Amino acid sequence: MQYPIQRYFRVLRLFWSAAIAAEMEYRLNFVLAALSSLGNLAGSLFGLFLFYRTGYTFQGWSWEEAGVVLGIFTLLQGISSAFLVPNLNRIVRQVQEGTLDFVLLRPISSQFWLSTNTLSPWGFPDILFGAGLIGFAGSRLGLGISNYLVSLLPLGFGLVSLYSLWFMLGATSIWFVKIYNVTEVLRGLIEAGRFPIVAYPATYRFFFTFIVPVAFLTTVPAETMLGRSPWGWTLGAGVLAIGLLLASRYFWRFALRFYTSASS
Amino acid sequence: MSANKQRSHYRSLTFWLLRSRVSRIARVLFSVNYAYMTEYRAELLLWMLAGVLPLILMGAWMQAAQGGQFGLTSVEFARYFLAAFVARQFSVVWVIWEFEKEVVEGRLSPRLLQPLDPGWHHFASHFSERFARLPFAGVLVGIFFWLYPEAFWIPSLSGTLLFLLAVHLAFALRFLMQYTMAMFAFWTERASAIEQFWFLFYLFLSGLIAPLETFPPLVREIVMWTPFPYMVYFPASLLVGLPVNVGQGLLVMSGWGVVFFILNRWLWNKGLKQYSGMGA
Repeated sequence: MQYPIQRYFRVLRLFWSAAIAAEMEYRLNFVLAALSSLGNLAGSLFGLFLFYRTGYTFQGWSWEEAGVVLGIFTLLQGISSAFLVPNLNRIVRQVQEGTLDFVLLRPISSQFWLSTNTLSPWGFPDILFGAGLIGFAGSRLGLGISNYLVSLLPLGFGLVSLYSLWFMLGATSIWFVKIYNVTEVLRGLIEAGRFPIVAYPATYRFFFTFIVPVAFLTTVPAETMLGRSPWGWTLGAGVLAIGLLLASRYFWRFALRFYTSASS
Repeated sequence: MSANKQRSHYRSLTFWLLRSRVSRIARVLFSVNYAYMTEYRAELLLWMLAGVLPLILMGAWMQAAQGGQFGLTSVEFARYFLAAFVARQFSVVWVIWEFEKEVVEGRLSPRLLQPLDPGWHHFASHFSERFARLPFAGVLVGIFFWLYPEAFWIPSLSGTLLFLLAVHLAFALRFLMQYTMAMFAFWTERASAIEQFWFLFYLFLSGLIAPLETFPPLVREIVMWTPFPYMVYFPASLLVGLPVNVGQGLLVMSGWGVVFFILNRWLWNKGLKQYSGMGA
């Protein structure tokens, strides 16, 4: 007797081991990707340093605390280039070439298939460096293991929100076939998460909290890690994440009704 | 005497033929690519919106200018980043992905048979895309001033002319640099990975994330000898009226242009011998 959830885990393992095996053919590129991540980290720190160089600080955020935000941002960048970009940007191609038909016929949730089918190890160095930066800044701030553990919750919520938004944007390709770069717009907007949300003027803060919830991706987890976030924010992040996830499921089913396929 | 005359006659005739042939090819390439680009207007708009990074950082720097000493006022930051956004629109280049695909799939082979260097196809497609993109940039700038009228300014005539010159040179240089990186597609299947690394320098040193006034003086000194700040910071400063050394700028740009042109032709010749795509 096998539970459905077990089947999903087994499928996931197959997907990812195949993806890693395929990418291992380009080992030199992996070295280049690691170098790029290192350069990206150095550049990001430089960008932050430009603000703090003359004694200016983001209101209520010391240099190390802003470093935690940057670490979480780098981590998210890594996770999205490892898991989100390779999968969700391919929905567009599936629709364009009509291969979505084969996905829909499989005895497995099509949203699950489309979201997990592959992964790219290119994002792993970013994940590593992001975690390293968080650890480094955290040790200078004297953070304990409980601080990190408690921030996993809002961080997870943030990831779910990000995934859901991304998936919904990808799903719009059912209507507007060539929409590949709509997810690039989202990626561009998420760049705002490099700095804590108080670094921005009021209108930006409103936009990045309520329209594109970037604040929930990096600032809220960082505040929780530093032990100064009221639980209300984490709760808000949770509500947002669950709401968006459900919305993405309904939206996908709704979109599929309009899918006319390439062969029928 | 008469033979000499005839020769000079022939020479001017061939010159005329050559000129008309070149201009005809340029015209055709340009109009075909322009028509192609306008077909994807929605995509163009989205690509443009994907480049909002300077506008995001504009917010952070405007806020910072109110609380710290950075040498620029809040409004100056706003103008700078708007100009940086516009300048960036002119130097968006993607030739490496196209070229890599052509080499890997062997589609370069038929192009090699044409009596025209394949680079010109790419150049024309980039160049004409600028004109399809421009109206969108204009609309966006309009919206910006409508939302934030305090930042409105009229650039000086000399500044505008120099900006136009700088922005064209910046595009040509960036295209040349990326096309040179693209040559590595002859040896590796994923030349675009090189571009991703190279892009980091462009991202952090070109002035997209902050005007070079905010850099530490020593770093700034060094960076001004690299090609990167001339992609965004240099033209943007000319338009806004921040002090920059125009002579040094144009000299550094042409210097790097020559270096990359030589490198490009050398790699192209080496690469063609290496090329084993379908039909080669």
